[in-house]
Amino acid sequence: MTSDYMVLIPAYNEASCIAWVVQEARQVLGDAPVLVVDDSSTDATLHLARQAGAHVLPVPHHLGLGGCLQAGYRLAFELGYDYVVRIDGDGQMDPRDVPRILEVLRAGRCQMVIGSRYLNGPERHTSWLRGLGIRFFRIVLRPILGRPVRDPTSGFVGVNREALDVFSKSFPLEYPEIEALVVLKRKAFRFEEVPCTFRPRKGGRSTITALRSFYYILHVLLGVLVNILKFERHRWK
Amino acid sequence: MEVIQQQMERLLTVSTILSLGLIVVVLYSLRRAHIRVEYSVSWLAAGLVVYVLSQWGSALHWLGRWLGISYPPAVLASIAMCVFLMVLYRFSTIISHLRDNNIALAQKVAILDYQIRQLQESHGEARR
Repeated sequence: MTSDYMVLIPAYNEASCIAWVVQEARQVLGDAPVLVVDDSSTDATLHLARQAGAHVLPVPHHLGLGGCLQAGYRLAFELGYDYVVRIDGDGQMDPRDVPRILEVLRAGRCQMVIGSRYLNGPERHTSWLRGLGIRFFRIVLRPILGRPVRDPTSGFVGVNREALDVFSKSFPLEYPEIEALVVLKRKAFRFEEVPCTFRPRKGGRSTITALRSFYYILHVLLGVLVNILKFERHRWK
Repeated sequence: MEVIQQQMERLLTVSTILSLGLIVVVLYSLRRAHIRVEYSVSWLAAGLVVYVLSQWGSALHWLGRWLGISYPPAVLASIAMCVFLMVLYRFSTIISHLRDNNIALAQKVAILDYQIRQLQESHGEARR
């Protein structure tokens, strides 16, 4: 193990861009291993990721984003990595921002760092529906987290070993980004946001379509509520 | 009044047939090992409750008075609905538990498979 961190890419049917994403991450980040968790893709994602030089963790059947990410976190924890930075398999995230996320994690001020697309002003590549959802969840999360979060749905996330330990045992299975913040709050962990560049997708489609967005909101709200009910009493003092 | 009595008798006959049908289907499934004993208990209990109420008209009248429902068929329908909702809820909890176990197992299998692959690769390199 030459690096103390791993780049984690969950992928489901990302054959159109996974090779490009892996190659770019390897070029930019040098020694850091790139782990693609293939969520039982029906296309050539697994083969192309392996060919591009990634370590591939194929799960035996479709687990969804949360289950897939947790598998990656578990493996990283078992292999002894201190940090994991997650990027998406659609090329939206620029791996040149990874060192900035790691810098904050290594400073030890927090257990999780979110790469935020809104800290450098408004973001151009986000749909209006997603933008609306992000504004809604900013308002919902503000009193729960006790501090503002600009980009709660960002998938550009870095975690340290403490958070890895928590996530490898308990991680939301569907639409995990927002719930994961509340899971960390439950453990009295801290997070920070750093400005990151988000690019247009190189390929693939968002899992949250217009029709599913209502289910998404209900599901996430319920997940957040359940996590609040699990808060230990002393956390509220 | 007579119409209500006729409706009541027809409903009790139908619910008797349906509950007996449910019990027979569950027992047949058990015999063919299509359902495990522990998961058949809820269905058998639900079928039995509906059967007993269908055979015991006076109990429906008494329950109706107690619940403030003047129409006995509505009492039977309400109780049957509650019993089947309870059965469905029980199975939702079982499915959730199985799903959690299934995901944990799939992740474990994936990780073990990954580690075996890594070992095979390093073993292959060492042999070369």
